[in-house]
Amino acid sequence: MLAINNIEVVYDRVILVLKGVSIEVGEGAITTLLGANGAGKTTTLKAISGVLRSERGEVTKGTVQLRERRIDGMRAHDVTKLGLVQVFEGRRVFENLTTEENLIAGGHVQGSHAVKQGIDLVYSYFPRLRERRTQVSGYLSGGEQQMLAIGRALMSQPKVVLLDEPSLGLAPMLVEEIFGIVDRLVKQEKLSVLLVEQNATMALGVADHGYVMENGRIVLEGPADKLRDNSDIKEFYLGLNEGGARKSYRDTKHYKRRKRWLS
Amino acid sequence: MSEDLEFAFALVLSGASIGLMYSLIALGFVLVYKATDAINFAQGEFVMLAGMVVVVVLGAQAPLIAAVVAVLLVMIGFGFGLEKVVLRPLLGRPVVAVIMATIGIAALLRGWGPLVLGIEPRALPLPIGDEPIAIGPATLPPIQVLGAVVALGFFLAFNWFFKKSRMGVAMRAVADNQQVAQAMGINVERYFALAWAMAGVVSALGGIVWGSMLGVDVQLALVGLKVFPVVILGGLDSIGGALVGGLIVGIVESLAAGYLDPFVGGGTKDFAPYVLMILVLMIRPYGIFGRRQIERV
Repeated sequence: MLAINNIEVVYDRVILVLKGVSIEVGEGAITTLLGANGAGKTTTLKAISGVLRSERGEVTKGTVQLRERRIDGMRAHDVTKLGLVQVFEGRRVFENLTTEENLIAGGHVQGSHAVKQGIDLVYSYFPRLRERRTQVSGYLSGGEQQMLAIGRALMSQPKVVLLDEPSLGLAPMLVEEIFGIVDRLVKQEKLSVLLVEQNATMALGVADHGYVMENGRIVLEGPADKLRDNSDIKEFYLGLNEGGARKSYRDTKHYKRRKRWLS
Repeated sequence: MSEDLEFAFALVLSGASIGLMYSLIALGFVLVYKATDAINFAQGEFVMLAGMVVVVVLGAQAPLIAAVVAVLLVMIGFGFGLEKVVLRPLLGRPVVAVIMATIGIAALLRGWGPLVLGIEPRALPLPIGDEPIAIGPATLPPIQVLGAVVALGFFLAFNWFFKKSRMGVAMRAVADNQQVAQAMGINVERYFALAWAMAGVVSALGGIVWGSMLGVDVQLALVGLKVFPVVILGGLDSIGGALVGGLIVGIVESLAAGYLDPFVGGGTKDFAPYVLMILVLMIRPYGIFGRRQIERV
């Protein structure tokens, strides 16, 4: 569905951020991209969706393909028209617009009839947004804003959704609720999702396939259940020890043992 | 009604109608700021340019309607062109760069004006007569009534546009967060151009009514200075604020001229709005209706 082949991203013409990243997002599946802060996960998403340009970043090598079509170098609003949409980290709703106006703005590429249907569809997945429809979205709770951000992205009737850390700053219960809805969306609306997460337990729980990034490169890749059993992933992302029990950080000098795949 | 009250009423009425005409110009400024975050120091010069276009077309013995159409087309084209040629290359640069660019445009227009028209003020006659129109116990010159009506019409139209139309909502989305708007499939640059073109339309009408009232020469650009107290009172990005701010500035001016001038020998009209502006800046720096930063705790 979406294929990223060996891309390099350079900011400001000098700073090399991605050093040859390849990711394959399967149709109707959730693919997750894990990694620590600054690994280049968000940059990867921005390179795909085309918003990189507005931050003076550029894809200098490699290709991004949506189905058969090359989309690297296209402008963000054209990429959205082709059915790929990014949900930004930190929710980023249009704060001064009401909930419903956010959805209308999200459906900008669709006809007015499709917008009406889209709003109903979003409300059916997120009933709480219906209750908040006339409220200024800047005053919604964090969970509601995250729902709105996802709902707004759905308004463009995408085939591929790039989800950037939907769990950020939310209570565990809400995270679970939102992941549940995402899972349902993928199954019922036939979406393909590329999910960037720091919450590896949650992400590997819903994903079909996973990638681990470090320092601008993919260092590990595999089906999600294989990754869950990988001892490095267990130790560094899931906080479990070899036997699968919860690990106590008193036992080790963690910082010394922090393994780098590359150095 | 006693004579004192009648005098006060006349002052308020005249102030309100002039104030609405200020709002009309301020509206151009607000539209641009709201959508693009650019502060347009050339708003007064836009109005002057529009006035000059009308005078030139009328001078060629063309009917008034042709002049109105011409000025609308010229100002829309000017807005689009300005955005494309001058401002788009400055996208992503510090705000100061855009401000300096608009100041440059202002100087350019002020310099070109006299080259085309000469320095003599030119009359811009409208076929509405000079007979004052009676409103209650007071009267207003017809041009002020026309200006007020045009301004109100624009406010209703823009209010509808931003609240109800999808384009308007998209424009507000652009104003809110450009990057996210882009990712939602909104062509941000096209909306920037649209905002400047809308400022052009407003200025075109502003040029007609103000040009008709004051005559058209370089001095016409000075009405642009009144934009600042108006938008600072109302809030830089609020359309309703431009309306209320304009009314307040107009009425304060008029009251100052009516009540203070006899004691100090005149001239209070010109600085009263700025005193008010400074007070507002101290108390509510974002204006009466301005957008406060929304912060969730």
